[in-house]
Amino acid sequence: MTTMSFREALNAALDEEMARDAKVFLMGEEVGQYQGAYKVSQGLLDKYGEDRVVDTPITELSFAGVGIGAAMVGLRPVIEMMTFNFSILALDQIINNAAKMRLMSAGQYTVPIVFRGPNGPAHMLSAQHSQATENWYCNVPGLKVVAPSTPNDGKGLLKAAIRDDDPVIFLEAELMYNMKGEVSDAEDYVLPLGKCHVKREGTDVTLVSFSKGIHHALGAAEELAKDGVSAEVVDLRTLRPLDMEGLARSVKKTNRVVTVEEGWPYGGIGAELAYRIQHELFDYLDAPVTRVTSLDVPMPYAENLEELVLPTPRDVILAANTVLYRS
Amino acid sequence: MGETETKQLFCDAAATEAFGRDRLREAFKQMIGIRRFEERAAREYASGKISGFCHLYIGQEAVATGSLAALEAKDHVITAYRDHAHALLRGCTPRDTMAELFGKVTGNARGRGGSMHMFAREHGMHGGHGIVGAHIPLATGFGWASRYEKRGDVTLCFFGEGALNQGAFYESLNLASLWHLPVVYIVENNRYAMGTSLERASAVVDLYKKAEGFGMPGVAVDGMDVTKMWQATQEAVDRARTEMRPTFIEARCYRYRGHSMSDPAKYRTKEEVADYKQVDPVLLAERTLHDRGWATEEETEAWDDEARDAAADAADFADGSPQPRLEDVGEYVYRTPLQWHPTEGTTPHHRD
Repeated sequence: MTTMSFREALNAALDEEMARDAKVFLMGEEVGQYQGAYKVSQGLLDKYGEDRVVDTPITELSFAGVGIGAAMVGLRPVIEMMTFNFSILALDQIINNAAKMRLMSAGQYTVPIVFRGPNGPAHMLSAQHSQATENWYCNVPGLKVVAPSTPNDGKGLLKAAIRDDDPVIFLEAELMYNMKGEVSDAEDYVLPLGKCHVKREGTDVTLVSFSKGIHHALGAAEELAKDGVSAEVVDLRTLRPLDMEGLARSVKKTNRVVTVEEGWPYGGIGAELAYRIQHELFDYLDAPVTRVTSLDVPMPYAENLEELVLPTPRDVILAANTVLYRS
Repeated sequence: MGETETKQLFCDAAATEAFGRDRLREAFKQMIGIRRFEERAAREYASGKISGFCHLYIGQEAVATGSLAALEAKDHVITAYRDHAHALLRGCTPRDTMAELFGKVTGNARGRGGSMHMFAREHGMHGGHGIVGAHIPLATGFGWASRYEKRGDVTLCFFGEGALNQGAFYESLNLASLWHLPVVYIVENNRYAMGTSLERASAVVDLYKKAEGFGMPGVAVDGMDVTKMWQATQEAVDRARTEMRPTFIEARCYRYRGHSMSDPAKYRTKEEVADYKQVDPVLLAERTLHDRGWATEEETEAWDDEARDAAADAADFADGSPQPRLEDVGEYVYRTPLQWHPTEGTTPHHRD
């Protein structure tokens, strides 16, 4: 295991996959000469050249479409969204083209594309730069949605996403790029898509989350442990397809669930998890499923308001207490 | 409106010379084949065998036929939803095209696509797209892949003049010029985007002039003349293949039917339609063949009969073909098929 940052782990994944397969290329705004808006693609231009690390104009709709077209005829593009806020401009391409091309053509087209970049709120970026998009993409059959929470998972899952033959939405988080963690030294470290992972074992309550939310959950679990409450933290890793089997193992053990996400509540990831859990595991529940989300408002700029809007470990503890019927 | 104001009787002399006897005979066969197919599709739609949207290419045959004659086998074609002609010209058969219209599993997209989504990937026919303008970036991506792997192939990207006001058009042409991509963008300007005439939609109606804004060559062509379409496209294809530079072609044409089967076309006068019928592309080609002694009336009539027969055969084939199996509803969503077991009496809340 080697200690590295989330950013470095993603960089390593891109580097390894580009070295391994000449059909893989990276395209997006500032990915080349600028070394990446968040430095995720640092050094790749020097190594692979401007044909494989491609700086684009500010033209999300069309460079998403260029990637999809290139994928349709055999290449394996990695399209960086500087942030997923800007992916909204490319939604028609991602949904109506990438997700549906296989179905419309009865399997003649494979679209092995990855759209990657930071998703969700960061710090004081205000409403238009704080959009959580994961639940929108999860709604669409034909897409896969992946959201790693650690450097190790980032590396293994990005490699898997690039090798996957379906279109993958790979959601990072700006505030995680500096986060350090232990990363596997295995020569070709690939994690499976569609499998969740227990980040912390426990018996009293299941805290299920993904991406940055995992760290709120882990923080809550630490605090709860001091009070004698044993929380199990389940990291979804892949949001679509959901690993209900893996999640069910935890729910059957603890009988209480709190979901954690940074997006808005209506139709969010927690809403889907709550439906599936109560529908499939009703008899195992000792309390209704409770979710922790952002407040249902566009993100304000003021620091104190943003802090209020965003979920914290404290909110997760309060939610855990609710399902445990503790005060 | 440009070239079609003159009531020419024949295809352009010089272009016809260059196109040649064999190719013009072939082009006529293709165009009459498309014409009879589309007419039969209209009747099948009226009798309920085809549903949803159905956009006919009647009147525009010379555009696709002429331009596709400039291509090699490895080249790519992509268009919007008025795609039956492009499909028939590029890898699809009357049978599998009609079957696709009927939603049968023997269709070129196994009944999953329908009228707007005809595909034959191995022959370089990449659809068939429903969102106006949204396939233009895909075409730009084909050009990107060609350059990336030095494949030496060219892409023809067709769209209507209604698509010219979508951002996707502007973004794509900028990239093609900037990145030197081998794509030929062809606007099939039939003057009406559904019920909205060009004059009501576009501040500039000489559409080929927009090319200047992208630093790319732009040319207006008589889209009713299959030889002119071929000639302009050949030049552009050669430029794409040898210089890696894109071109913008404005094909001035006309559709004789409504936008789709649901459109009574009240926004045009009968006189205007009659006017354009004098330059029917199929008639122009036929007259030219006869005039030059490149085909006899017997021959062209026989080809017309063959076309009608092929359309009838296609309709019979489609009618007799099965729909897709219910248990295959989860196929083609992901690389790994989703398993589904629909049963009789399944209530909605059991479906997930």
